[in-house]
Amino acid sequence: MGNNKGDKTTMIKEYQTVTDIAGPLIIAEKIEGAKFDEVVEIELPNGIIRTGKILEVENDKIMVQVFEGTDSLAIKSTKLRLKGRGLEAFVAPDMLGRVFSGLGKPIDGAPQILPRKKIDINGAPINPAARNYPDDFIQTGISSIDGLNTLSRGQKLPIFSGSGLPHSRIAAQIARQARVMSDDDKFAVVFGAMGITFEEAEFFMANFRKTGAIENAVLYLNLANDPAIERIATPRVALTAAEYLAFELGMHVLVILTDMTNYCESLREVSAARKEVPGRRGYPGYLYTDLATLYERAGRIKDKKGSITMIPILTMPDDDKTHPIPDLTGYITEGQIILDRGLDRKNIYPPIDPLPSLSRLRDKAIGEGKTREDHPAIANQLFAAYAQGREVRELMVVLGEGALSDIDRLYLKFADSFEQRYLNQGEEENRTIEQTLDLGWELLSVLPREELKRIKDDLYNKYAKK
Amino acid sequence: MSNEGKIIKVAGPLVVAKSIPNARMADVVKVGEKGIIGEIIELNGELASIQVYEETAGIGVGDPVISTGRPLSVELAPGLLKSIYDGIQRPLDLILKASGDFIGRGISVNALDREKKWEFTPTAKVGDNVVAGDILGTVQETSLIEHRIMVPPGVEGKVAAINKGSFNITETIAKVSDQDICMLQYWPVRKPRPFATKLPATEPLVTGQRIIDTLFTIAKGGTACIPGPFGSGKTVVQHQLAKWANADIVIFIGCGERGNEMTDVLLEFPELKDPKTGKPLMERTVLIANTSNMPIAAREASVYTGAAIAEYYRDMGYSITLSADSTSRWAEALREMSGRLEEMPGEEGYPAYLGSRLADFYERAGYGICLGSQERKGSFTIVGSVSPPGGDMSEPVVQNTLRIVKVFWGLDYALAHKRHFPAINWLLSYSLYLNNLEDYFKTEVADDWSKVRTEAMRLLSEEGELDEIVRLVGLDALSAREQLILFVTKSIREDFLYQSAFDPVDQYSSLQKQYSLLKLITGLYREALTAIEAGVELGQIKGLKVLPQIARARLIPEDKAQAEIAAIETAMKQEISNLKGGHSL
Repeated sequence: MGNNKGDKTTMIKEYQTVTDIAGPLIIAEKIEGAKFDEVVEIELPNGIIRTGKILEVENDKIMVQVFEGTDSLAIKSTKLRLKGRGLEAFVAPDMLGRVFSGLGKPIDGAPQILPRKKIDINGAPINPAARNYPDDFIQTGISSIDGLNTLSRGQKLPIFSGSGLPHSRIAAQIARQARVMSDDDKFAVVFGAMGITFEEAEFFMANFRKTGAIENAVLYLNLANDPAIERIATPRVALTAAEYLAFELGMHVLVILTDMTNYCESLREVSAARKEVPGRRGYPGYLYTDLATLYERAGRIKDKKGSITMIPILTMPDDDKTHPIPDLTGYITEGQIILDRGLDRKNIYPPIDPLPSLSRLRDKAIGEGKTREDHPAIANQLFAAYAQGREVRELMVVLGEGALSDIDRLYLKFADSFEQRYLNQGEEENRTIEQTLDLGWELLSVLPREELKRIKDDLYNKYAKK
Repeated sequence: MSNEGKIIKVAGPLVVAKSIPNARMADVVKVGEKGIIGEIIELNGELASIQVYEETAGIGVGDPVISTGRPLSVELAPGLLKSIYDGIQRPLDLILKASGDFIGRGISVNALDREKKWEFTPTAKVGDNVVAGDILGTVQETSLIEHRIMVPPGVEGKVAAINKGSFNITETIAKVSDQDICMLQYWPVRKPRPFATKLPATEPLVTGQRIIDTLFTIAKGGTACIPGPFGSGKTVVQHQLAKWANADIVIFIGCGERGNEMTDVLLEFPELKDPKTGKPLMERTVLIANTSNMPIAAREASVYTGAAIAEYYRDMGYSITLSADSTSRWAEALREMSGRLEEMPGEEGYPAYLGSRLADFYERAGYGICLGSQERKGSFTIVGSVSPPGGDMSEPVVQNTLRIVKVFWGLDYALAHKRHFPAINWLLSYSLYLNNLEDYFKTEVADDWSKVRTEAMRLLSEEGELDEIVRLVGLDALSAREQLILFVTKSIREDFLYQSAFDPVDQYSSLQKQYSLLKLITGLYREALTAIEAGVELGQIKGLKVLPQIARARLIPEDKAQAEIAAIETAMKQEISNLKGGHSL
């Protein structure tokens, strides 16, 4: 016990003083000079090295979270080395086109990149005074996003999905089609996978390969069979790479993180092992703050060319939007794209339900000078009319079709064609914003002018399809 | 060194240190080599638990902790307005200069500029007897606000000297008995600044938001909360209040909220014009931005920092509105610290003292006579948003808040769903100030203000009941009068309560315009009712040519509103009376 010996080349000390191993945690004693959040190297007797992070220091005791899990660790034989720094990611321009593990080690067979920089993966908060507001419209080619819940450069807009819904296809379509109106800028995709299946990861990779996007993509993969605790580091490593590409190399980076639900579950596992007082559904009380430190890394910075736009994907357990993960996410992100099982059953792709979906940054990114002057009005009118149409549809279920008034029937007709033609589109179909807006006018033409209260006369006269 | 303690434990934002000399509860300490800021929140023998206002990564056992011997305080002097602070009053622009686009640690900057000279004009004279709170002189802080330099707490006596001229905030401007007075004062953030006498509120805070001013009025010096699930428009309502409310000074606290939203405020406020003076709104605003990814302990402190600054201006005799968005994030910070201290949790892991902390905070609002011998009145209004998990109004933060505040603007997801904004549910919300404010509306707006309001509320609540019936048995089961109610309430909802925050005309309605609009719509109900009783068909009412004009009346600019709405009202009455006439022939 306690036979500390100095490392020959560096001053790093080695300890063999583990006292407890529980779940993903180990506790060790007689440690000198340990710092909070410091990286610990954990060596097994067979020479395998794992990575850990100090969660707590008290006197000479430390609590370490082991990213690769604690399987086959033994109390007596495990060696610990404190690295005197936080967890770092290696970044360089040539990481584009590469595939890494969830902790940033290359897994595509090619050698480790030559790091231009090593950056602490926790990042630092962007000073709110340094931020630039995201108001550049991104055309995704998907009507229900572009027309109704517009995405902007620097926004974080999650997809709330459920098991079995086509969120991956939508995310891939966005990554493929996303363009800014005046686009001659460099574009990159950073993809962080947490606990998703091999098939799902392969779907994205194949998609990126097919379109050539892989050359401008960096992938961090922690798959379902990879260590669960490693997932806590994966989005941080991915975002550190994204920050480097965006704010140092001036690229416009789209970050796709999937699946945030798996990330949160790993966090809960660590919290439970620490015996912390749980918040709702056993998730730690700091889940909001923890998620915020990820999502808030999206954005634009004044005087910097690049930007980080983030699309986190999460599957809502039991399609429940009030579950802590979608709930806290919705409180941090600037809106949400919600997929609906009912629409999916009707074979509508993408099954985005526009009513509960929201883009908080929409109003500053659309309209005159951004998209087209009629955009805000037509979007509001489509929302109102579709909401009304859905209400009529519910009424019809209860009272039968006979109870509907003439105007009700028009709304019903509108809602049906809106779903079939506006929401529904091909996976390869890339609609321009003009096409989307014109389609909206066309669909609204079934309703009489008096019903279109959100549209002013001048716009109506100019654009309405009569 | 002898004046420092040593760290023995680090767990996230909580640090425990041993044997800090003269450690006192709530004193500020400097932690680690970088000297990052913390506050003592528990003492136990030799041990002090410290909540740290910055990230603690890299801090370890044995690192030093030094007590400053002072509680967490704000700096008060000219220069507060137009500032953008973090949760512990560090100016974000200075942090930007010191550490770049990303916020570094251990940055020590003054809250207020020590170099800048302010033109001080004395109002007190040598020989005057003054007490704490009395005004010694003024400084034109911004083009909108005159900063009144007050005798600091605990000082009184004869003015021995007072000088006109240009001073920075630490230079002596006056001598009271034998004390030198400079403009800069300190005040501990957690301690409320006292009123001389607190009074009941009698004046509304006019916000220009129709559903708020007309239906659920808040008084100057009152408290309100806006709970609602995400996406229901809390932040937009808060922004509208900050922009349009007729307070002298606005303090906006982004407490654990989105960075981009704060940026929106930071970029938009300097552009926005004060509706009364045409000057930039920033000239009367203090912003406190502690976004969700900034350290949580500073988030906990941010609401107090804001309150202390608000009270300071209130003491000068101004009316202040403080928007805190969101108090749930503040409560979560409280919960996280409580968890780290291993305290026994109350409901949902929140500490048992959540209710009393919330009450302490909201109770700092009020209207009354300020300290000093000069009988000034000031008011301090607090509007807090609450973000209940899953929109569940039974959760502890909402429930504890509702026990304290007097106005409740309940945001409704279903309304937001239909893009009806502000999505304040008129059947759930309430204001307990209506009686206090009735006289004001009577004298300032119209005699029958409360009658019109009551009638609209009655129609809306009848609509709620009728909707249930329609859902069960269909519209045809309703009488003509009941169908008329549904028709008119649709107009109240769409043409009065619905208000666009983005339309340049619609975003602000004066009280007079609000009254005219609502009177027009309730008038439509009364006229139509007599017509229907006289045998006119509901279909004919629904076909009135004046209806599109009523629908767009809210978009008539302020200067023409009065006359045009009156003309629409006349036209409406005429058209209905023609219908009646036609019928009786």
